[in-house]
Amino acid sequence: MSIKLTVNGESRELDVDPDMPLLWAIRDHLELSGTKFGCGMALCGACTVHIDGQPTRSCVTPVSAVAGKSVTTIEGLATPAGQAVQKAWIALDVPQCGYCQSGQIMSAAALLGANPQPSDADIDAAMSGNICRCGTYVRIRAAIHEAAAALGAPKPAGS
Amino acid sequence: MYVRYLEEASRVSGSGHRSEPTRGAALTRRQFLELTTLAGSGLTLGVLLPGCGSAGPGGGTAAGPAAPLEMPFLRIAPDNTVTVIAKHLEAGQGVWTGLPAIVAEELDASWQQMRVESAPAKAPLYQNNAFVPLGVHAQFTGGSTAIANSWQQLRTAGATARAMLVAAAAQQWGVPTAEVTVSEGVVAHAPSGRKASLGELAGSAAQQPVPANVTLKEPGSFRIIGREKLPRLDARAKSTGTQQYAIDVRLPGMMTAVIARPPRFGGKVKSFDAAKAKAVAGVVDVVEIPRGVAVVARDMWSAKKGREALSVDWDESGAEKRGTTQLMKEYRALARGKQALTVAQAGDADGALTHAVHRVSGEFEFPYLAHAPMEPLTAVCSLGPDKCEIWAGCQMQTPDQAAAAAITGLKPEQVFIYTLAAGGTFGRRATPDSDFVSEVTSIAKATGGKYPVRLIWTREDDITGGRYRPLNYHRVEAGIGKDGKVAWRQRIVGQSIVIGTAFEAVLVKNGIDPNAVGGNAAEEYDLDHVHVSWNAPKVGVPVLWWRSVENTHTAYSKEVLIDELAQAAGEDPVAFRLKLLGKHPRHVGALKLVAEKAGWDQPFPKEKGRGRGVAVHESFGTVVAQVAEVTVKGDSITVDRVVCAVDCGIAVTPDVVKAQMQSAIAFGLSAALLGKITLTDGHVDQTNFHQYQVLRLPDMPRAVEVYIVPSSNPPSGVGEPGTPPIAPAVANAVRAATGVRLHTLPFDLAAARRANA
Repeated sequence: MSIKLTVNGESRELDVDPDMPLLWAIRDHLELSGTKFGCGMALCGACTVHIDGQPTRSCVTPVSAVAGKSVTTIEGLATPAGQAVQKAWIALDVPQCGYCQSGQIMSAAALLGANPQPSDADIDAAMSGNICRCGTYVRIRAAIHEAAAALGAPKPAGS
Repeated sequence: MYVRYLEEASRVSGSGHRSEPTRGAALTRRQFLELTTLAGSGLTLGVLLPGCGSAGPGGGTAAGPAAPLEMPFLRIAPDNTVTVIAKHLEAGQGVWTGLPAIVAEELDASWQQMRVESAPAKAPLYQNNAFVPLGVHAQFTGGSTAIANSWQQLRTAGATARAMLVAAAAQQWGVPTAEVTVSEGVVAHAPSGRKASLGELAGSAAQQPVPANVTLKEPGSFRIIGREKLPRLDARAKSTGTQQYAIDVRLPGMMTAVIARPPRFGGKVKSFDAAKAKAVAGVVDVVEIPRGVAVVARDMWSAKKGREALSVDWDESGAEKRGTTQLMKEYRALARGKQALTVAQAGDADGALTHAVHRVSGEFEFPYLAHAPMEPLTAVCSLGPDKCEIWAGCQMQTPDQAAAAAITGLKPEQVFIYTLAAGGTFGRRATPDSDFVSEVTSIAKATGGKYPVRLIWTREDDITGGRYRPLNYHRVEAGIGKDGKVAWRQRIVGQSIVIGTAFEAVLVKNGIDPNAVGGNAAEEYDLDHVHVSWNAPKVGVPVLWWRSVENTHTAYSKEVLIDELAQAAGEDPVAFRLKLLGKHPRHVGALKLVAEKAGWDQPFPKEKGRGRGVAVHESFGTVVAQVAEVTVKGDSITVDRVVCAVDCGIAVTPDVVKAQMQSAIAFGLSAALLGKITLTDGHVDQTNFHQYQVLRLPDMPRAVEVYIVPSSNPPSGVGEPGTPPIAPAVANAVRAATGVRLHTLPFDLAAARRANA
């Protein structure tokens, strides 16, 4: 069964098992390797993509569920929030091993897209599903605040 | 993308100027030691072998032929990039920035022109010099040694290239070398106003004689080393999804494999029925390998489904069937017995403790811990009749090369390892038996090399896969005599990491595994009466070094009990420690700096549930002191602030040092607050992150401040030493806040309250 969807603005067609998680369809069949496998159970966030703009764990999303939808991966992240996040990530040297960072960035970009002025509590809530074993959390927090500032939002008190 | 790696790998290894010693025979059982010790000694420095540049077609500039200057540790290209050949794995610890910084400094390059790539697997050229004094000539990354062992080597490499560039410029311009300067990647002769880039001069420099001796800079004139903020060379790729890891490698016709492994450690395949697995669409092969049964498929999803459909009958006659409750019971009994190996002894600990005026004791319990790097173990193997190629985040290239050679029957030099960035390791990718590299090679061999194969461990494979930080039990008593002298008696019970591996001959002395008992109180404090002993139970659960290794537990019992002893004596925890550190000036420096920055001399607010604690510990040649401030509400612990002081000698890249301290604090906190692998009847109870909990962003302290002790000593490691002090610092803070002693990890305040009652 062929499944049609949009990936990073391009129409794509997948002829795979409809139960195949979107993650493996993206990685093994669309050959976009920026989205990472970390747990396979929506526990770590490394596989986060945007589906119609919403941050989603692609490792538990069957490819059949995204038929006709628009998927954005790290390779196609082009929103102002996304670009501000990536710029801040580089400026603050957030990544260490870097493996989880695609997912972190997709979660952070979605957060700032919806809430350009997040508090620390907002950041905690939005980012708690993304594990970083290198423990780059201090810099992730700082980079989200920096991206928010760059997007023109005043920095909230207590940040 | 894989093509880039193929090209890079062939370019690096195909220069023809880096001769390597030939080894005639395939390796046998003592593969690691034989390989590493027979590997010759001719090229141990390896910095004096330039490539021979020649002008390419149409090449050449006013400054000379357009050709690269190629040396084992760096390549200067006509496009003016300087690429450092990194012999160490980048797994997040920042060596792809630190190693280039050392070269750039002595070369006087501009940071913008620096690049980095992995070295091929080639010992002794790319061996880790830290282990050469032990007779080991192996390429590997571990023990927080990357910067320390490369320090002189890469400075010399950079200075040598610089001298050859200067000589080339002087020759072309007809000026004395003494008048030629290099700054920010520009070679210049001020009197004549001539200038050239490093890239323009590279071809001519390659034709210059190699200077036998070069002068290295005085540390006072460093301008890249020690720069507060030197941008990481890998930050962009890792912020855009373009960094390539082993899991991202794609080769034409490549298949993906997962392995069904025994449900208990030590189990073996008795028989298997592949019919249902082979019926799964996409599955192409099911093969037995020494570690289990591999299911090979066109993609990961099919491989996983194939494994689910596979039926294996396991022989568990030799499997470990004990659980961790049973094991801990046995450890406690062992600790009460008289039989043990003596690790350290001075004075009369038994007598002094009997007559002590202040006395404390503790029974400390530490669980097995999984490393759980975010990139599950992955490796790709392409096997031909006379060549085996492996792509992986390899941490021990020489042993991995030897293992693949032994499996395939090829010679080690026929095994090519392309080391990619690893998505974390924390020690997990450094297995003496080469673990996942052996597995992927075995699959390639079992399938006749008919396609390249990529092995992926699922997270469940990783969490249940063993090679844990060993389960440990410590029984400790400490006291202060009338004369003020401190006595310490400690029994450590925990599996050896290295006995039974190729590392045993190198590391174990008098039966003592330093990776089981190092960093104990006898090493770190001036104690008049001390007795430390060890029992090494034989358990079938495979264990491994886990970020900071033995220090994960020895620092804990030491720093918690010394704090309790200070409290018993009515002394300030910092002042008390300082009295016992007369022979440890770097401990003193770190402790004083952290106390100053944390405001230790100011009274801590007497709010209900708030407390602060301190700990100091040396590991891998680096001393780290930390102060933790906590808030306890009910049975919940929040770490509000951590102040950290680190003495790592010269800080080559201070921001990376700070990042490593932040990282190590998170890693240690994860273990202190959450980390635990348990077994029931030999089966691992946890399978994924819902059960093996790790630190998440909301748990990270809001404030983590890192200060570097100024030093002119050569650099020491920073990847691991930040981990040991955090758990005891937090435990000491919780005790200050609540009076509750935390002796079992991970922390369970409710259970500790009951135990303390």
